[in-house]
Amino acid sequence: MSATTLEHGRKVAASRKTSLHRQRLWALWGSYIALAVFVVIFLVPPFYTLITSLKSSAEISAQSGSPWLVHHPTLENFWYLITYPNFQTYYLNSVIVTVLVVVVSMTISILAAFSLSRMGFWGSQSLSTGVFLTYLVPPSLLFIPLFQIIGKIGLINNFWCLVILYPTLAVPFCTWIMIGYFSSIPKELDEAALIDGANYLQILWKIFIPVAMPGIIAATIFAFTVSWGAFLYPLAYLYTSHEMVLTVGIISDLIRGDVFQWGKIMAACLLASLPPIVIYAFLMDYYVAGLTAGATKG
Amino acid sequence: MADGTSIPIGVMAPGRSAARRGSMRRFAQRRSTVGFLLCLPLILLIAGFVIYPAFYAIYLSMLNKKMTTFVGLSNFTFLLKRHTFQLVIFQSCLFAITSVILKALIGFILAHLMHNIPGKTQRIWRGLLLVPWVIPLAMSTLTWWWMFDPSYSAFNWILNQFGIASVPWLGVGWIARFCTITVNVWFGTPFFMIMYLAALKSVPEQLYEAAAIDGAGALQKLFFVTLPMMRNIIAITVLFSLIVTFADFDIVRILTSGGPQDMTHVFATYAFQVGIQSGDIPLGASVSLFMFPILAFAAFFVLRGVTQRTKEIAT
Repeated sequence: MSATTLEHGRKVAASRKTSLHRQRLWALWGSYIALAVFVVIFLVPPFYTLITSLKSSAEISAQSGSPWLVHHPTLENFWYLITYPNFQTYYLNSVIVTVLVVVVSMTISILAAFSLSRMGFWGSQSLSTGVFLTYLVPPSLLFIPLFQIIGKIGLINNFWCLVILYPTLAVPFCTWIMIGYFSSIPKELDEAALIDGANYLQILWKIFIPVAMPGIIAATIFAFTVSWGAFLYPLAYLYTSHEMVLTVGIISDLIRGDVFQWGKIMAACLLASLPPIVIYAFLMDYYVAGLTAGATKG
Repeated sequence: MADGTSIPIGVMAPGRSAARRGSMRRFAQRRSTVGFLLCLPLILLIAGFVIYPAFYAIYLSMLNKKMTTFVGLSNFTFLLKRHTFQLVIFQSCLFAITSVILKALIGFILAHLMHNIPGKTQRIWRGLLLVPWVIPLAMSTLTWWWMFDPSYSAFNWILNQFGIASVPWLGVGWIARFCTITVNVWFGTPFFMIMYLAALKSVPEQLYEAAAIDGAGALQKLFFVTLPMMRNIIAITVLFSLIVTFADFDIVRILTSGGPQDMTHVFATYAFQVGIQSGDIPLGASVSLFMFPILAFAAFFVLRGVTQRTKEIAT
């Protein structure tokens, strides 16, 4: 009798196990299907950008058949843009501005974060709070007084004004991330270096920067993203084509009055989105880690 | 830099405590001086291009159009009486609140779906879902504009295939508002997803096990375990996104430029139109300044949430 109950119990356990297993499997497949639906929806615009960029102007205006398919793929839009001097200027300007902004922002924020996380001075606590508050100031709040200020400095319609202004958008968050990473470095490390006779710059260069490399990568990507994609400042402060950067250049150059060369516009969008996509493809993990740490930790 | 040498001197002369204290103080002093100097570029940048412009904006907003005479608050009262500006206030709130709620909801669902699937494939799915957020917003908005184009709209083609008449996407007020919100949700949801995913991963598994033993169902687990544990991150993310969405410029500017009949203007685009395009800088500055109270309000709570969070992690 005891054997039968035991067997019965085992059977119940087994069936429960398979039902639990089946439930898990269902949840897994359900998640995959739901995610796939979301991915398809989210990728519609980039897909359509690609499709349109491969069409000739004639095919776009003919409106024969589905706009979601290419019938005669061509690279003429890309070729046009690559050989178009204005577009080359925009690209070059974007690269110059971005590289300078990244270098300037990272220098300022690493120095400041090193000081704020290690060397207390009068008011350093409130300065860290202030840095975080500055991060919350959106560019659209101050662009009009900045227009006046830039005008007084004489940098209106000169892409150097972006090199000055973009760091105000990038530095606060970069500093904030870096303070978090630097604070997690054990104090014993720099005390040991101090006793060995290292000065502060050596400590920063030989200990802090190598140890906090993931944070530096995350902050660099943030500065890059801000300066590559910003739209309001260049739209407000630049108006001749040899000073423009990609975001405004594409919109003001390829859209002339009512003539929309959509094939070329979409190809230009694709070329402009390429650097961020490539960078994110390789360094996404660092960035996500830095971002979530930045907003959730201190 | 000779700062590092002050410690060895102090160490070498342990007997003379007064001298040691002096050198220690000198060391601390020098340390804080160096600290201040390292922060100087940051302080100058913020003071010159954030704090000074903020006060300058207040000054500008109290001038007349030619910037010759002081008019007090009459720019603000003028704006409040203007019908277009009342629309702007309503639309900014509608745009920000609706988008943030939708982003938070969809982001939450996506984070849960991602959390269900095993770690290795998660990276690929996450990468795909982050694409909208990676492309520069101005560029992807151009694509959306092209998809909403009145005569070539790709969405209308699909609707026509099902026998539904074409929709004038950006030509009619409420539809255009819907379109701007859609683009914002499409762009911003991935950010919510990664924040919530990080938060979900930080919830200890034991809590769910304990809840399961107590007989909690999926909904009960969600309301009594997941949401309380994520409360802080949800609040920070929502408030932060509220600030960014409220101050958004790119989407409305490119998609509709505020039209049709000013029915999609938000603060940033209206300030741009008034201040830069029409050249009425004081009025534009006052439009921007109207954003300040709500931004300050949200910023206060974000800061409180972040400091609370820091304390929680520290203890």
